[in-house]
Amino acid sequence: MTTQTILPVDAGRLSELSLRSGEPEWLKESRLKALELAAELELPKLEKTRIDRWNINQYGSYKESAAIAALNEAPSSIAALVGSSEEGSLIIQRNSGAVYTRLAPELAEQGVIFTDLHTAVKNHGELVRRYLHTAVKPEEHKVAALHAALWNGGVFLYIPKNVVVDTPVQAIFLTDDAEASFAPHILIVADSNSSVTYVDNYVSGKSEAGLHNGAVEVFACAGAKVRYATVHQFGADTTDVTYRRAIVENDGAVEWIVGEMNDGDTASDTKSVLKGNGASSDAKVIAVGSGSQKLNYTTQAQHFGKNTPSNMITRAVMRENATSIINGITKIEKGATRADGQQTEKVLMLSPKARGDANPILLIDEDDVTAGHAASVGQVNPEQIYYLMSRGISRSDAEKLVIYGFLAPVVSQIPLEGLRNQLKSLVERKLGQ
Amino acid sequence: MAAEFVIEGLKATIEGKEILKGFNLQMKGGEVHAIMGPNGTGKSTLASSLMGHPKYEVTEGTVTLEGQDVLEMSVDERARAGLFLAMQYPSEIAGVTNSDFLRSALNARREEGSEISLIKFIRQMESKMKDLEMNPEFMHRYLNEGFSGGEKKRNEILQMMLLEPKIVILDEIDSGLDIDALRVVAQGVNAMRSEDRGFLVITHYQRLLNYIKPDFVHIMMQGRIVKSGGPELAERLEADGYEWVKEELGIEDEVVGQEV
Ligand SMILES: Nc1ncnc2c1ncn2[C@@H]1O[C@H](COP(=O)(O)OP(=O)(O)OP(=O)(O)O)[C@@H](O)[C@H]1O
Ligand SMILES: [Mg+2]
Repeated sequence: MTTQTILPVDAGRLSELSLRSGEPEWLKESRLKALELAAELELPKLEKTRIDRWNINQYGSYKESAAIAALNEAPSSIAALVGSSEEGSLIIQRNSGAVYTRLAPELAEQGVIFTDLHTAVKNHGELVRRYLHTAVKPEEHKVAALHAALWNGGVFLYIPKNVVVDTPVQAIFLTDDAEASFAPHILIVADSNSSVTYVDNYVSGKSEAGLHNGAVEVFACAGAKVRYATVHQFGADTTDVTYRRAIVENDGAVEWIVGEMNDGDTASDTKSVLKGNGASSDAKVIAVGSGSQKLNYTTQAQHFGKNTPSNMITRAVMRENATSIINGITKIEKGATRADGQQTEKVLMLSPKARGDANPILLIDEDDVTAGHAASVGQVNPEQIYYLMSRGISRSDAEKLVIYGFLAPVVSQIPLEGLRNQLKSLVERKLGQ
Repeated sequence: MAAEFVIEGLKATIEGKEILKGFNLQMKGGEVHAIMGPNGTGKSTLASSLMGHPKYEVTEGTVTLEGQDVLEMSVDERARAGLFLAMQYPSEIAGVTNSDFLRSALNARREEGSEISLIKFIRQMESKMKDLEMNPEFMHRYLNEGFSGGEKKRNEILQMMLLEPKIVILDEIDSGLDIDALRVVAQGVNAMRSEDRGFLVITHYQRLLNYIKPDFVHIMMQGRIVKSGGPELAERLEADGYEWVKEELGIEDEVVGQEV
C-alpha cells in the first residue's frame, strides 16, 4: 500500500507517538486500525460540495504544548473568552494538547470528571474505552478515520447518576501553530438522570493554512439532559471539518446550540440518534458566511425510540461571495411510533453573488408519526427596507435590523445569556467586516 | 416655522405605466387637505412617490418641503426632513421588535452620542401607546407581524406621534378600523394638529372627515386633482358618489394606467 504518500502520518510514527505519550495498548491499536481505514476509505460525500478541493490535508504533526499556571498567562487571542473564569470549570487546549484544566471543587466532590481526553484515558481508561468512537465511527469515512487515528487533547466530561450541574462547564480550543496538529476529541457521558451544560469555543491565532478535524460524541443516558453549545470562530486560513453525534437513551434529551462564525471553509454535521423511548433532541444552528467561504452545514435526527420529538433549526446569512449548502435530514425508523420530527432551514442572502441552498429531507419508515419541514432561501426584502427607511433609518441600519431580525427568533431562544451576547457580537463582527 | 409643502406637475410611472399625470398641490403648516377619489386613480401612487418608494419613478415635476428639493433626497432623508407616510399596507418585519424599530427611528434623527436614553424612550412610548389605547405588549411584538389590520393602523399613528413630522400623509388610515379605533386614531391625529404641521388625508369615507376636519377636499381622477373644494365637497360625495363629478368634467374612465 502507498499509505505513506497519501496519509498525513505513517503507522510507525503513530505507534511510536502513542507509546511515547504512555497510551495503553488498546488505544494504540485503535489508532492504528483507524489509520488503516483511512487509507481505504473515501472522503465524506457532501451534498453539492467538493470537499476534495478544499485544503483538508494540513494536519501538521503532534507537538507538546507548554502548560500555563494561571489564566492570566493565556494567549491574548483567547483572553476575552477566558474572561473571569477563575471560579468555574475550564479546559484550554492550545494546538495539540491541553494547557490548562480546572474543575470546580464542588463538582469534583460529586464525582464529576472533567479532564483532557489523554488524562482520562490514563485515569478512567475503561470508562473512556466503552464510549470512544462509538458515536462518530472511524468506519464512516476518511475524515472520521483520520480523526480517530490522530486525535489529540480533547475533553472528557462525565456526570455521575442524578448529578445536576448548574453552571456551564467550558472549554476553549486554540490553534496558533500551523505545524502542530489540531484534532481535539470531545467525549461527554451524562449518566442516568444527570444534567449538564457544556460550552466550547474554537479559535485560531495564525495566518498559515491549517485544519481542524474535530469530533464530538455525546451520550445522554436514561433521563439525562445535555446541552452542548459551541461557537466556531476560526480565521480564514483554517479549514474546519467537525462531526458531532449524540446518542440519546430513554427519556434523555440533547440540545445543540451551534454558532458557525468561521471565516474559512467549513463542513459540519450535527446528528442526534434518538435510541430510547421518549428521547428528544433540539438543534439550533446560527451561521454567517462572508468572503469566499464554502460552507456545508448538516443537521440530522434519527429516530429509533417511540415518542421521540426532534426539532432542528438552521438560520444562515450569506454575504459577499459566500456559498452555503444547508441540509436537514430527519430519519424515522420503522417502529418509532409517535415520533415527531420537525426542521426548518432558512438562508438570507445579502449580495447577488452569495449562494444558499437549503435541502430538507424527510425519510420516514413508520406510519404513526408526525413530521414537517420548511425551507426558504431569499434576499433581503426591499419593501421592508423601504418601510424602515421611510421612518428615517439609514439604508445600512435598516439592513442590519432586518438581518438581526432574521436571526433573532433563534438567538433569543438560546438559554445562556453570555452566549447570546457573544453570538450577537460575532454576528456584528462578521457583518461589519 | 410653518411648513410649506409644494407639489408641482408631478408625473410618475410604475413598470413603465404612467400613473401620476401632472399632480399639483400646495400645503401649509396647520392645514388639513383631504384627497378622495375612486379606486385605482393614483392616490397611493402619489403617497409612495412623495415618500420615494423605489418602484415608482418620478418622470416630471417638483416637490419641495420648506424650499428643499424632496425628489433629490433618499427615502430616509425625506423622513428626516419631516415627511411621514402612514401606509395603506405597512410591512411586517419578523425578528425586529416594535420598540427596537422605534428607538432606531428616533435615534436616526439625533447626533451620534446623543441617543435617546432607554428610560426616556420607554416613558414616551408608553404614554403615546396609552393615548392610542394600545396594549403595552405591542412594544415587544415583532414589527407589524401578525397585527390585525386595525392594530397596524394604530401602530402607524404611534410612529407618527413619536416622530413628530412636519408633513403627514395618511393613506386610508381609516380602512379596517372599527368605530372605537377610528375615534382613537382620529384623536391621535387631532392631538398632533398644530400650526407647523400639515396633513394630507387620503380616504374614501366622509366618516373620517367628521373626526378630522379638513380645510380642503380634493378629488383625484386619472392621476391628478380634478376638483377641489371645502368640507362640503366630501359630504356631497358621500351622498351622491362620483358620477356627477365625472359628468360635470366629461370624464368617462376615471382610473389610470389601464391598458387600452
Ligand atoms: N406595483 C404596481 N404594479 C403595477 N401597477 C400598479 C402598481 N401599483 C399601482 N399600480 C396601478 O396604478 C394604478 C393606481 O393605483 P393606486 O394604488 O395609486 O390607486 P389608489 O387610488 O390608491 O386606489 P385605492 O383607492 O384602491 O387604494 C392602479 O391601476 C394600479 O393597478
Ligand atoms: Mg390606495
